[in-house]
Amino acid sequence: MADETPRPEEVARIDYTPPGKKWMDPSVEFRKGTFCYSAAAKNLKYLDMPNPRDWQPFDKDWKLPPDWKNIILNGMKERLDKYRSFRLFMDICVRCGACADKCHFYIGSGDPKNMPVLRAELLRSIYRRYFTPAGKAFGKLAGGRELTEDVIKEWFYYFYQCTECRRCSVFCPYGIDQAEITMIGRELLNLIGCNINWVIEPDANCFRTGNHLGIQPHGFADSIEFAVDELEDMTGIRVEAPIMKKGAEILFVMPSADYFASPHYYTLLGYLMLFHEIGLDYTLSAFAGEGGNFGLFTSHEMMKRLNAKIYQEAKRLKVKWILGGECGHMWRVAHQYMDTLNGPADFLEVPKSPITGTRFDNARSTKMTHICEFTSDLIHNGKLKLDKSRNDHWNVTHHDPCNVARGMGLLEEPRYVINSVCNHFHEMPENTIREQTFCCGSGAGLGTDENLEMRMRGGLPRGNAVKYVKDKHGVNLLTTICAIDKATLPAVVDYWVGGVEVGGIHELVGNALVMKGEKERTTDLRGEPLKGKEEPADA
Amino acid sequence: MNVLLSLVTVLLLVALAFLGGRVADLRTLFGVVIPYAAIATFLVGVAYRVIRWALSPVPFRIPTTCGQQKSLPWIKAGWLEAPSSKLGVFFRMALEVLLFRSLFRNTKAELRGGPRLVYGENKWLWLGALAFHWSFLIIFLRHLRFFMEPVPAFVNILGAVDGFLQIGAPGLYLTDVFVIAALCYLLYRRLQNAQVRYFSLFTDYFALFLLLGLTISGVLMRYFTRIDTVSVKQLALGLVTFSPVVPANVGALFFVHIFLLSVLLAYFPFSKLMHMGGVFLSPTRNMANNNRSKRHVNPWSYPVKVHTYEEWEEEFHDKMKAAGLPLEKE
Repeated sequence: MADETPRPEEVARIDYTPPGKKWMDPSVEFRKGTFCYSAAAKNLKYLDMPNPRDWQPFDKDWKLPPDWKNIILNGMKERLDKYRSFRLFMDICVRCGACADKCHFYIGSGDPKNMPVLRAELLRSIYRRYFTPAGKAFGKLAGGRELTEDVIKEWFYYFYQCTECRRCSVFCPYGIDQAEITMIGRELLNLIGCNINWVIEPDANCFRTGNHLGIQPHGFADSIEFAVDELEDMTGIRVEAPIMKKGAEILFVMPSADYFASPHYYTLLGYLMLFHEIGLDYTLSAFAGEGGNFGLFTSHEMMKRLNAKIYQEAKRLKVKWILGGECGHMWRVAHQYMDTLNGPADFLEVPKSPITGTRFDNARSTKMTHICEFTSDLIHNGKLKLDKSRNDHWNVTHHDPCNVARGMGLLEEPRYVINSVCNHFHEMPENTIREQTFCCGSGAGLGTDENLEMRMRGGLPRGNAVKYVKDKHGVNLLTTICAIDKATLPAVVDYWVGGVEVGGIHELVGNALVMKGEKERTTDLRGEPLKGKEEPADA
Repeated sequence: MNVLLSLVTVLLLVALAFLGGRVADLRTLFGVVIPYAAIATFLVGVAYRVIRWALSPVPFRIPTTCGQQKSLPWIKAGWLEAPSSKLGVFFRMALEVLLFRSLFRNTKAELRGGPRLVYGENKWLWLGALAFHWSFLIIFLRHLRFFMEPVPAFVNILGAVDGFLQIGAPGLYLTDVFVIAALCYLLYRRLQNAQVRYFSLFTDYFALFLLLGLTISGVLMRYFTRIDTVSVKQLALGLVTFSPVVPANVGALFFVHIFLLSVLLAYFPFSKLMHMGGVFLSPTRNMANNNRSKRHVNPWSYPVKVHTYEEWEEEFHDKMKAAGLPLEKE
């Protein structure tokens, strides 16, 4: 953690009194720790995106193209005509403020422009001024603002201070979704080359190599091989993990962090054990080696460009259907966008569990099933031998990823699996879970180190809820089914709570799964001793 | 500033109508011409705005799910909060439109020492909004007795129920009390809550003052200045039958009432009040969460530049070969 990041005590002193400065004043101070660095020119060039150049948000001159204003206004017009959501959400907000204290960034920062209503007004005020009769005639009085370079800087600051988590849209009486407005806002900023590297570099990497991290196919294979070796040490069983095997029944797609980051890695071990144990005919792919899709945080077009690999690969490998791993925004894309973007997937079959015979009719068009749906069906049909006591060293609570909760509705499956594989599960307070779940504060591409203070601020509500169950029930593990969560919640819980680990559900499945022919397990997948199997303390 | 400005604007409108109503020559303007123009603006404007929204396609199916998806048969699906069927969507929308379901969820986050975040119940906005909208609707329907002859039974029943307390003469309508109380609360909340005050615009106050002016002028006429309702009905019937007459003895207050109503109607399509129509079209609420079972088509979908498998294999061919990975081209 960077030294300059203020201590939790300082950060927690939040003043919610609005400043004297009127909100229509767009000036922004790019304070260290609260914004992300610009996208590197090489990444923009690789993706054929506009205005690649060297610049940083704290520069005075952002080197915008000369006709930037026209580009923005034309871009707005185009999107008003293409997205009913955008036009409607520009028009119907009554500024009731029900959304205001629902945003983790507002709760954690007290900055009024982080209230979803006001974050949207930043764009709405320009819409009114240039696209509505009232705004054209009465300007400021009708809530209109002139489009200036300062407005662009303000958009950049605040649209990259929104994690597109949709919590506000649950509470809005009209369902106005700030995620939608942020997505369009970012698209507009892309048109003049104002984007952040933490989003654009993963895009470029994913486009080129098939994953955000830029791992090349042989690296992918190495990493899977490594996991297989480790599992052999732990269980005495050598599992098979086929890569790009033609004719396999199922293509398994996971977020790339699962095979290259910790604690995601333990979830990968869990998948591999499970698939071996049930004898699943599946394949991994380095080409479709990324379920996550930072295109969702860039533009609808980028989302489509990156997502295309999955169906392409499923077709090439002649699989029957697709199974998807633990990831949040990957599932927003797979559930709400993929079929529309790159379907129809008429070359695939309706997902059907080869073990239980269950047909996943809820995925009959997209042909992609969530691993938690798949596993809960296995458990429900008694196909797994599970030893819950192997997770007795964990006191578990569960964090619903925003996209899975509010963009899909997958709430019960993970809980069913958790309760089937461990004995100690405690929910966080009801205002912080399920459809009301709080974001980790680092989603939508904001999980970068230079943005750490803002991430910790955004993580306050989640951290606080974890602290509550830690104090009350002694919780020491926060599970989640989201790769960004697994990457960023460890920092959040260290900062706000301490003494709580973060892990995936299939890590717990792997711990509990009794495999045929396994050797006696004394540790969990992290190499930590199981309860009752600890080394005797020094005599 | 916005508060004062909008208050002054509404007061000016009141004064204008009050004075206009006293000048015989202007009565036709305020009683007939302006109302007709306002109704025309309202109808054309609202239709235009709704058509405009409808013309923008819905490229993606993006419901906000507030409950369990429909997946495995043994998992209870949230048919209302994450509806997978049209019927579910219908009920979700009905709850939203009629009972303000989402606003009912409202909580208040409070940061206490520690830090400790506490989420408290916060139903006042929901209650205030519900009281205002329902009262206003009932008052609007009650007014049909001026525009229809004979008066439909449901209007009479509505009036009887609304006035069931039978206090005073003419009898007190509960909705008259509720609508003004609710508007006062909404105004109070906007002014008292520092955050809400910070982002409130002229239009937010203007709409409230306008509605307050409208309802207060109505209440004054009914309970205090005792307007001649026969004359009012004569004018109202004249308007709807396109044979307008302006009776001489309706009083200046009546012109305030009808003028503020005209302003409201004319202002409606240009303002946030369009949320009345917009709520029906909101894609996060009016779409089914059946994304993976039924394909949604984007009408303007276009081909994009993708990285094909062939290009990918070509770039990494040698490394893949060395790693023993399967290749399309050896």
